[in-house]
Amino acid sequence: MEALLIKVEKRNDVSPSIYFLTPVLAIFLTLIGGAIIFYVLGFNPIEALKFFFITPISDLYGLSELLVKATPLCLIAIGLSFCFKSNNWNIGAEGQLIFGGIVGGGVALLFYGHEGFYVLPIIILSGAIGGMIFAMIPAILKTYFNTNEILVSLMLVYVAKLLLDYLVVGPWSNPEGFNFPETRQFSESARMPILFDGLRIHAGIFITLATVFLSWLILYKTYLGFQIKVSGLSLKTAKYAGYKGKTMIIIVFVISGACAGLAGVGEITGPIGQLHRNISPDYGFTAIIVAFLGRLNPVGIIFASLVVALTYLGAETAQIFLQVPKYTGQVFQGMILFFLLGSDYLLFFKIKFLGLRKNEL
Amino acid sequence: MSFDINFIGILIGAIMASSVPLILAACGELITERSGVLNLGVEGMMIIGAISGFALMVVTDNLFLAVMGSMLSGLIISIIFALLTQSLLTNHVATGLALTIFGIGMSAMIGKNFVGIPGKEFPLLFVSLKESVPFFGPIFFGHSIILYFAFLLPFLTNYFLKNTKVGLIVRAVGDSPTSASNQGINVLLVRYSCILYGGAMCGLAGAYLSLIYTPQWIENMTGGRGWIALALVVFATWSPIKVLIGALIFGGITILQLHMQAVGLRIPVQLLSALPYIMTIIVLVVISRDSRKIKLNTPTSLGQIFYKEK
Amino acid sequence: MYKYFLRYVISVLFLLGISGQANAEFKVGFVYVGPTGDHGWTYQHDEGRKAVEAAGIKTTYVESVPEGADAERVIRQLAQSGHDLIFTTSFGYMDPTNKVAKDFPNVKFEHATGYKREHSNVSTYSARFYEGRTLLGHMAGKMTKTNVIGYIASFPIPEVIRGINAMTLAAQKVNPDIKTKIVWVFTWYDPGKESEAAQALIDQGADIIMQHTDSTAPVQVAEKAGVWSFGQASDMQRFAPKSILTSIIDDWAPYYVERSIAARDGTWKQQDTWHGLKEGMVAMAPYNSAMGSDLVKEVEQLQKDLASGKTHSFTGPIYDQKGNILVAAGSVADDGMLAGMNVYVKGVEGDIPQ
Repeated sequence: MEALLIKVEKRNDVSPSIYFLTPVLAIFLTLIGGAIIFYVLGFNPIEALKFFFITPISDLYGLSELLVKATPLCLIAIGLSFCFKSNNWNIGAEGQLIFGGIVGGGVALLFYGHEGFYVLPIIILSGAIGGMIFAMIPAILKTYFNTNEILVSLMLVYVAKLLLDYLVVGPWSNPEGFNFPETRQFSESARMPILFDGLRIHAGIFITLATVFLSWLILYKTYLGFQIKVSGLSLKTAKYAGYKGKTMIIIVFVISGACAGLAGVGEITGPIGQLHRNISPDYGFTAIIVAFLGRLNPVGIIFASLVVALTYLGAETAQIFLQVPKYTGQVFQGMILFFLLGSDYLLFFKIKFLGLRKNEL
Repeated sequence: MSFDINFIGILIGAIMASSVPLILAACGELITERSGVLNLGVEGMMIIGAISGFALMVVTDNLFLAVMGSMLSGLIISIIFALLTQSLLTNHVATGLALTIFGIGMSAMIGKNFVGIPGKEFPLLFVSLKESVPFFGPIFFGHSIILYFAFLLPFLTNYFLKNTKVGLIVRAVGDSPTSASNQGINVLLVRYSCILYGGAMCGLAGAYLSLIYTPQWIENMTGGRGWIALALVVFATWSPIKVLIGALIFGGITILQLHMQAVGLRIPVQLLSALPYIMTIIVLVVISRDSRKIKLNTPTSLGQIFYKEK
Repeated sequence: MYKYFLRYVISVLFLLGISGQANAEFKVGFVYVGPTGDHGWTYQHDEGRKAVEAAGIKTTYVESVPEGADAERVIRQLAQSGHDLIFTTSFGYMDPTNKVAKDFPNVKFEHATGYKREHSNVSTYSARFYEGRTLLGHMAGKMTKTNVIGYIASFPIPEVIRGINAMTLAAQKVNPDIKTKIVWVFTWYDPGKESEAAQALIDQGADIIMQHTDSTAPVQVAEKAGVWSFGQASDMQRFAPKSILTSIIDDWAPYYVERSIAARDGTWKQQDTWHGLKEGMVAMAPYNSAMGSDLVKEVEQLQKDLASGKTHSFTGPIYDQKGNILVAAGSVADDGMLAGMNVYVKGVEGDIPQ
């Protein structure tokens, strides 16, 4: 019997070019996987991929929608990158987004009927604070009670969802809305300004871009960013170097929560304009894919958020034109992450082929 | 509310039926976690089990094959997770999430042709005793074989972990893969097996939903039960017997809430539904504060990547 | 030169023409909130779409469109890709539909169950499901042995309250002892929750299960428990052949065909439609013979009377829970009152959740 002898070695250094090429490889593999799925489902794979990835962005409106969709994803993923870089597994961004939406939406309802330039900034700020507060819960529990932040942040997602449900069905439901589970439409002063007539792209994109720039500054140009990265590499080293681990855990969660809260408030004051039960189609979870696909790097995350946003739009377009089932979008998102994580292996390990050897049985 | 003894029996029976998928998935995940692997793909594996079980039932018209197939498909999809996290050393959290997203999408795609088909009647055992024995009847009789299995499973799991050599090995791997490996234990083999077993149990939990509890295929029919099962494992502090108790409490909250409504009590339904999650966080805080308590059952290496230099 | 110019102008006009409307062929688009196979709400809308298709008109649909920010894009995409008439079939699409309608004055929009018609190209339509509930109440009142009717309700909106009231009034008429027990599940479609609610109601002594939610789970539970049930939206008989007495069927097909043809032929006009048994938008599935031929005849007569207008579901005197008069003796509730109904009638127990 013959066996292929393979030796796996840990790489000592990772070349940056491979580091950013593997996401491209993952996307390419996903396209191939997608083509196979389309073929199995009985669609022309090339045509289906065209409707999935090209048609949705072939006009101005489509591009604007892509940005509308990418805005919250990018914002949340940027926040998450702080957590993930420092080995804090905040997977409850969805909850922080919803809670930010609840607080921001509450303030918007409070200001119902008020006009004035100050209304929107207050709402945005309160949304960010809402997300922050909600993210503090797993952070504080982790630092002072040693609880697992993965599980706490995950549980809180459902608490936030049910709280939103309770509010829009009950106390906050539109008094003139015949008990439908939604609040009033916010006043004009509480809405994100639209950038171009006829398109939905709104001022929220500036918040996102500013956040991207700020986080790049923090991560690469400040001591705090250095601390975050070091503590992510090794907790022991970080402690040895005298960094205050506890404060840092809280800081990264606060940043991440604020970003998610901003994303939530951007959605309700932007394209939605009120609170109801479905303010987010799981942006908080999808953003985790974006963060990984973007390599936890601010610029990488921008590109990743556009790619993932496209899977949402593509799934709709493919259904309108080819009646492809809408869930292919989710399958694509799952596949991208699988392939990306899998190809990471190539990053950190060298595979050496040592030729064939005869095995004695 | 009518407080006669038979009614309470019926109520307990209903709570038991609703807790079955939670027990099955949580017991599976518990074994996975005790070996040091955190698989957040429970929801995805459950829903794949649900559609596979139902599709096989429709195609083969054989419930036994359907149940077995659901376990097999849960197992197969968990191989993706095992391969990625164990052999390619990927991050457990991200991989598990990807598995859930992928599973939900995939199940909806497969299920496209199975929507709107009525399920087959699943045989229930000792139905006559359910009616004739007061109080205990609805508790102990008239259930499906899977329910009996689910209520036995925590005890079997407990025995397995505490009293068998393999169980000991699983725990050793979960507590310290490095020292287990030094003692000559094949860590990879143990973890692969535990992940695959967890996948099979989640598949079975899904099949319970699509074949027995609401016998039909509906997109997203697991409705977040996978996440509750994950919470349950923590709530139970990784102890199988407490999984059983926790599942009954979680199921009980859902069922009692409906009964309170039916008798005309006004209650904040959503806030009550949030209770299991809040309770889990509280339990987590209580057990994590005390480092001795957490050592008792918590797999120390949970979620950490194990790599052995060869 | 002149010839060239003319050709140029024509081709530009042509190009503008096709870019303005990607396809000259008349097309109708449908936006669904659930999967087409839910065997309830969306399923029936899709049956209506198929009827349009059968009438020789091309159709497109998008299913499982969440009622959030995504709905507007889907509706707009349909409008942009050359659909001439678009049916948006869930309440939550009301604002997005009106928004898109503003930007596409040449496309016609039809929104189901809503009340906003902000532009002249938006119509609304809904069905008088409560007429069906009256028939259900009559049957329930006659068939119940325990005098407890279990009612699974979704959201406390006027449509659902109207159904509860219509059913209770009709049941009281034939059986003054009946009690209506209501469980709110706060979802339109969640089989797990719906079946748990049905089981809880049965355990509370209900021997009739009625649902204002869309999945087939409650009738399946009723079948297993051996109590009577009624299907919702579509004929759910094959999911519970013994237990189902009848189903209220939403028959959108005639309306969809009529409106599609009108839009194609240029005779479409804005309107607010509220059709019932008379027009056939609400239809009843075959009555289960297990209730006895006498009762079947009674119900068939009542159905005819409701359709002809001889009987009205809300005929006075009707009192609210506190005993205040809602509708005076001898008169019937007007559409305005029905549309905004937000109190229980006397005989319903409990409070409307706020």
